Amino acid sequence: MNIQTSKESSVMVVKVTGRLDAVTAPEYERQFTLLITDGETRFVVDFEKLDYISSAGLRVLLATAKHIKAKSGQIHLANIGGAVKEVFDISGFGSIFPMHESVASALNATVG
Amino acid sequence: MVTHFHTLTCAANVGQLREIAEFVDECAERFGLDVKRTFGLQVAVEEAFVNICSYAYPEGNGTVVIAAGAEGDSLVLEISDNGKPFNVLKLPDPDTTLDITNRDIGGLGGYFIRRLTDNVSYRRENGQNILMLALQRTS
Repeated sequence: MNIQTSKESSVMVVKVTGRLDAVTAPEYERQFTLLITDGETRFVVDFEKLDYISSAGLRVLLATAKHIKAKSGQIHLANIGGAVKEVFDISGFGSIFPMHESVASALNATVG
Repeated sequence: MVTHFHTLTCAANVGQLREIAEFVDECAERFGLDVKRTFGLQVAVEEAFVNICSYAYPEGNGTVVIAAGAEGDSLVLEISDNGKPFNVLKLPDPDTTLDITNRDIGGLGGYFIRRLTDNVSYRRENGQNILMLALQRTS
């Protein structure tokens, strides 16, 4: 897994590439914790290049979202497709997270 | 009657997941499972393996054997360990309708195993936990 960040106005765009599994999930959580500690509150997570996610990945996604919510922040997900989407759908995560078809529409939905 | 064609033996350590994912890909490819069902099998096997590491071998040391075979139109994976009796299928389903604030963290592993396979069963035999996962070539 690789995580790249970029700042679009006041929104942190986090691009996740590769596998989000029991091995890489702690690193995802660590990176988000750093960003939140730095004062970031508005996030768009781009999953276009996410190849794989398991419950360990969803677990840190939810833990991170709870952390952001507790800081009155926002998290929007973009570009979830293919087999990854099925995992989101059957877990119910597809309805608890705002999901968007592009980073641009996720950014538009992020209230500044 | 299951005809076995591939077996992986590895340490019960989450660090082995990459090797397990490669093994599952090899099995799926040799059997002819499509990409979507292979993805589901990957998730189901990870969930089973991670739970064995946590609950069958809480002290950390142990071995897991994954035996793949074909039975008619199904790819069958038997995941066995010599750890404490533990049945991942007995874990309760999560409530998948709750929002971010109320949703519990975790509880999805056993649920994914059931949802992403066509047939699944657990048995305790000769001091082993044996979890059988089966996926049909076509749904």
